[in-house]
Amino acid sequence: MKAQVKEDWFRKDRLPHIFCVGCGNGTIINCVVDAVFHLDLDIDKTVFLSGIGCSSRAPGYMASDSLHTTHGRALAFATGVKLGRPEFDVIVYTGDGDLAAIGGNHFIHACRRNIDMTVVCMNNQIYGMTGGQGSPCTPIGKLSTTTPYGAQETPFDLCELAVGAGANYVARWTSYHVKELRNAVITGIETPGLSFIEVLCQCPTSFGNKNKIGEGVEHASYLRKNAMLLQKARRMEEEGKKIPPETFIVGEYVKRSRPVMGGKT
Amino acid sequence: MSQLEFVQGNIACGKGAIAAGCTFFGGYPITPSTEVAEYMAAALPKIEGGCFIQMEDEIAGIACAIGAAWTGARSMTATSGPGFSLMMENIGYAFMTETPCVIVNVQRGGPSTGQPTMAAQGDMMQARYGSHGDYSIIALCPATVQECFELTVKAFNLSDQFRCPVFVMTDEIIGHMRERILIPDSVEIIRPKPAKPTDLPFGTDESDIPGFLPFGSGQRIHVTGLTHDERGYPDSSSYQRHEMLIKRLVHKIESRRHEIADYEIVNPDAKIIFICYGVPARTVQQLAAQDKAIGYLRLRIVWPFPEEVLKQFKNVTTFIVPEMNLGMISREIERHTAIPVVSVGKIGGDLHTAQELQEVANAYKTAGGQR
Ligand SMILES: Cc1ncc(C[n+]2csc(CCOP(=O)(O)OP(=O)(O)O)c2C)c(N)n1
Repeated sequence: MKAQVKEDWFRKDRLPHIFCVGCGNGTIINCVVDAVFHLDLDIDKTVFLSGIGCSSRAPGYMASDSLHTTHGRALAFATGVKLGRPEFDVIVYTGDGDLAAIGGNHFIHACRRNIDMTVVCMNNQIYGMTGGQGSPCTPIGKLSTTTPYGAQETPFDLCELAVGAGANYVARWTSYHVKELRNAVITGIETPGLSFIEVLCQCPTSFGNKNKIGEGVEHASYLRKNAMLLQKARRMEEEGKKIPPETFIVGEYVKRSRPVMGGKT
Repeated sequence: MSQLEFVQGNIACGKGAIAAGCTFFGGYPITPSTEVAEYMAAALPKIEGGCFIQMEDEIAGIACAIGAAWTGARSMTATSGPGFSLMMENIGYAFMTETPCVIVNVQRGGPSTGQPTMAAQGDMMQARYGSHGDYSIIALCPATVQECFELTVKAFNLSDQFRCPVFVMTDEIIGHMRERILIPDSVEIIRPKPAKPTDLPFGTDESDIPGFLPFGSGQRIHVTGLTHDERGYPDSSSYQRHEMLIKRLVHKIESRRHEIADYEIVNPDAKIIFICYGVPARTVQQLAAQDKAIGYLRLRIVWPFPEEVLKQFKNVTTFIVPEMNLGMISREIERHTAIPVVSVGKIGGDLHTAQELQEVANAYKTAGGQR
């Protein structure tokens, strides 16, 4: 069945949602819904999946069939769904911990196989659901409950990882860049193969406040202020200029047509 | 046309799966189960809608099998000890979400990497209790290559009927042993009770088992491993909700354990009764053929444990339980009977010899049930 209005994509009897005041997840879900509505996907032929985390609660709010799986494993479950029914549109919501820590192995292999699905990672640079522990995406020096003296480990660049592992479409935006994000999700769904869209997003409760960035609005404007287009970042690199710390590089990393698994025939 | 073949137990499991209409296999190679995956890798691409995928690990193997099950496919994975351990979290997920799926575990010596090429029955408790929380599952134990075929078919039917993960617990000996088997023209296939799109996805009638509609049926189901209500929506803070859900999930299997039970009894009036399952049963059968003073109960389905059967042995003075572990199912038996239970555990990969079992039987014949 097709949606008549955008709201048809929401499971209305599940609202209100569990997200904190000022959280960026709602904005991201809204952009994804904008994209599927724009593409006029069939609700009954779309499956949303996720692992465990705040971000992973998103499929519960979607009106389609949805599978809320175990921590880190959403992409493996999604592989079974997509290979079982290649005609479905499969979209995975995940968090930076879910995807890059416990689910890191599934992430690189899903990219390598280039399974035809779209993965939206809400990267709040922290473990939100469990109360703000450090993640593989917590920047050096940032405070979390398990990095009380500042994170010491070098974080992942999830987009470079996805490009290296073989995904066909890779882009990064922030929860501030709603138009770009919506368009990236549209391109992601339209591109055969694995599309990976990383979205930097605010978590005032566990990250923003602790790191003196502030509440939701301040945190979102911090994301905007520190965003730099990929083209500019590449140019600066070529010119040997240093990219300032706390910069979020945004834009389209790759769009290509490596062989795809589980594509629609 | 039914046909005779001479194959390994692992291949018979694969053939059973195909006969049962399995169209999805996701797994990761591990000795001594690998031949199941290899057989499926060759067979599934030849089947309409069939899909084989070698995943990055066993966690992913069972995960994608569960994902495929939600598209309506009969789906399975196969593994051995270390891989079985990795699957535990998602086995709990399959139980909680009432996902039909079949897991073949070709048991090898453990713990850890242990003895990759030697047989054991050391995962019998892990199969029943290995995931966290309260739950219940069904586990079948073939003793012949023919039964590897038949019980794999049966596993798919039970899994669909009860909407739960079902285990085929074989071992290295049966997995790698070749025997002649008869493959029938067709097998009985029982699919899940269908639901109406208007039914609540996890709502049940008195059967305690919800009807099943795969993704794409228009039911728009939300499936979660969190404690959930009949709609499938998370509701994890109410203790009544949790108790109601888990008791229903356990009850739907445990309350039917005598209906599910599948066993063979020989010479029930004997004083010495062996209780066995899987490959040690072959030695017990050999013994019973030569010593009329003993009888046996052979379980083809070990979990749920059918304790009522124990009452059929009116003259028994001793139950003797040979297992390829240091005593697992013997403890389950002990908790259901006042009759002395003697565990004859053997590990390392060798089967008990008939001689060894005869000596134990003889000792208890004279001791008259004294421990
Ligand atoms: C196997 C397992 N380990 C740990 C947890 C606990 N846990 C739940 S969510 C989570 C982290 C979530 O962080 P992230 O994926 O970044 O999502 P967010 O909540 O920030 O959206 C952890 C560690 C779990 N549920 N399962």
